[in-house]
Amino acid sequence: MGLVNSSVEGLIDTGYAEGFVTRIESDTLPPGLDESVIRTISSRKGEPEWMLERRLQAYRHWLKMQEPDWAAIRYPAIDFQAISYYSSPKKKPQLGSLDEVDPELLATYEKLGIPLDEQKALAGVAVDAVFDSVSVATTFRETLAEAGVIFCSMSEAIREYPELVQRYMGSVVPYKDNYFAALNSAVFSDGTFVYIPKGVRCPMELSTYFRINEAQTGQFERTLIIAEEGGQVSYLEGCTAPMRDENQLHAAVVELVAMADAKIKYSTVQNWYPGDSEGRGGIYNFVTKRGDCRGDRSHISWTQVETGSAVTWKYPSCILRGDDSVGEFYSVAVTKGRQQADTGTKMIHMGRNSRSTIVSKGISAMTGSNAYRGLVRIAAKAENARNHTQCDSLLIGDRCAAHTFPYIEVKNPAAQVEHEATTSKVSEDQLFYCRQRGLSDEDAVSMIINGFCKEVFNELPMEFAVEAQKLLAVSLEGAVG
Amino acid sequence: MLTIKNLHASVEDKAILKGIDLQIKAGEVHAIMGPNGSGKSTLAHILAGRDGYDVIDGSVSYMGENLFNLKIEERAHRGLFLAMQYPVELPGVNNMTFLRESMNAIRKANGEGEVDAVSFMKLVRAKAKQVKLDEKLLKRSVNTGFSGGEKKRNEILQMAVLEPRLAILDETDSGLDIDALRTVADGVNMLRSEERALLVVTHYQRLLDYIQPDFVHVLVAGRIIRSGSKELAIELEEKGYGWLLEEAAA
Repeated sequence: MGLVNSSVEGLIDTGYAEGFVTRIESDTLPPGLDESVIRTISSRKGEPEWMLERRLQAYRHWLKMQEPDWAAIRYPAIDFQAISYYSSPKKKPQLGSLDEVDPELLATYEKLGIPLDEQKALAGVAVDAVFDSVSVATTFRETLAEAGVIFCSMSEAIREYPELVQRYMGSVVPYKDNYFAALNSAVFSDGTFVYIPKGVRCPMELSTYFRINEAQTGQFERTLIIAEEGGQVSYLEGCTAPMRDENQLHAAVVELVAMADAKIKYSTVQNWYPGDSEGRGGIYNFVTKRGDCRGDRSHISWTQVETGSAVTWKYPSCILRGDDSVGEFYSVAVTKGRQQADTGTKMIHMGRNSRSTIVSKGISAMTGSNAYRGLVRIAAKAENARNHTQCDSLLIGDRCAAHTFPYIEVKNPAAQVEHEATTSKVSEDQLFYCRQRGLSDEDAVSMIINGFCKEVFNELPMEFAVEAQKLLAVSLEGAVG
Repeated sequence: MLTIKNLHASVEDKAILKGIDLQIKAGEVHAIMGPNGSGKSTLAHILAGRDGYDVIDGSVSYMGENLFNLKIEERAHRGLFLAMQYPVELPGVNNMTFLRESMNAIRKANGEGEVDAVSFMKLVRAKAKQVKLDEKLLKRSVNTGFSGGEKKRNEILQMAVLEPRLAILDETDSGLDIDALRTVADGVNMLRSEERALLVVTHYQRLLDYIQPDFVHVLVAGRIIRSGSKELAIELEEKGYGWLLEEAAA
């Protein structure tokens, strides 16, 4: 009965929503969240009925859930009714020239060595036709299409490949999974869809970078990557340039599915606005990322470099379902000023001989607080499963904090689980040594930090690694001395 | 090259150096000897610019500049090198990369271009051979997991590559066996030249068997109580510091 009712409401609301869209020039919904908002989002994106139903189902479940409070982070209560849940890509004001852009932002771009045209694009300045990202993107699409790889926005995938989306979306992170995943399932704005057919090795690294102009998906991103049997893909999320983002709350969901012998490598560099030194502003980043090693010998690898956001709540995980499957997590998380991060991973071993590696590097500076939270679970049937965890914290100064919360659950006696943890400081001795050899204070710090993070940077694709190093140097500038 | 005048310094209000006068000219090798706690390492650290010391009185001029107006790295850029008593470990920082960054930072500060990777590699390999440092250590992280002797050789390697104007060796000989001591001494002797000066801080006379200093200074309780030629070092080895202390007190 309830279902019929809501469908009827749906019809009515849909009509209203369309009217709303045609009549009002602004592409941003007023703040607030209820079923009509969800209907509006869905209809605005031209989604089929089944997608709307999924969103509503998630929304109704979300209403019954409690915001989690177990993480080692403190932040003021989020007013979910004060957030606008839909805005079109053109929301950002277009500026006439770089002169109108915050000089501090430009200085950072300069240090990162970002070409001028890209600087303009990132800062929201109208870019003239010289900027060739469109043609680059087109070339990419052609090459990918030849290989049979699908790489498109989630909205497009819902329209063009409904069977795939229906089959896989929510199969790794169900809407009931957690509070923020439920919210995302209800209101997700857009995201990326990747499909690697059987036996195909994706001919290039895929990156959201090439979709920046296409979709400023931002706030409630939804990503789904599927690699069929023997398929291989390396995916880079984010862009190392600090984009000014006015959205306070980010709640993304990323799902990876690896079938037998498939390999997915997912790399993230995140450097959203961390707020000012007093903790004002800054992004709250509540992300659910999970990979499902569904087939035997499948392999999923997460690499993340997290330097931004005021609050980070993020645990990219692997479900090692297949026999001989491999899960990896390499992470660098930096917190300074008032930043807080509670991040880590979950490795759920179910397949026989499944293996996982966790390397986590936490860096805290000034009054930053950094927590590693990790779960290694070996199920009863996971014969000969192995895990190695290495968890290192680096402290800069004497007002910061590092915490480690390892959870280990082993139900098979043949399992081998190792956990190593260290805490160290950037010492006066090290700085003196480097400076005595002619390096500046900043270069010395950046060299020491990069050394600390080396094992993780080695996992990043080459270009990304270079940018990540620069980014780290920029973000820790002034943190020492 | 270096002129120290009436240098007084303290650590946390405790006077360590109580009026040091010392002049070092290009081409000279000076040795500073003295018992533990006499202020030898403090002097070396102050010259290099390390924090934690308060200079209360006196002056130091280096290459015509007031040394105290220069930051740690600026002193390094002007050719001042300190071989440390306890070389620091830098985990994850490749030894070769560190040395190249160091060399380039110094070159850059002096308006010279960066050294190209190939010739740098050649140079370092050759020098490593001279100071008998295992080439494998070049690929490892700086000093990380090195033995005491390997760390000291690594310091000498850095010194040999960077070719400083004024090299200060802070108890580089401590904890070394005779072979390592020889290598360190060879490294130092290799660097001896008309344009360069060396200041060797040591507790024992042993090192001075291999490095022939032009001058020996005895530092006791924050003062240089005696300066002389190499013979002074031999006398000290035979008689200890006691007689000098008595003489000074008298």
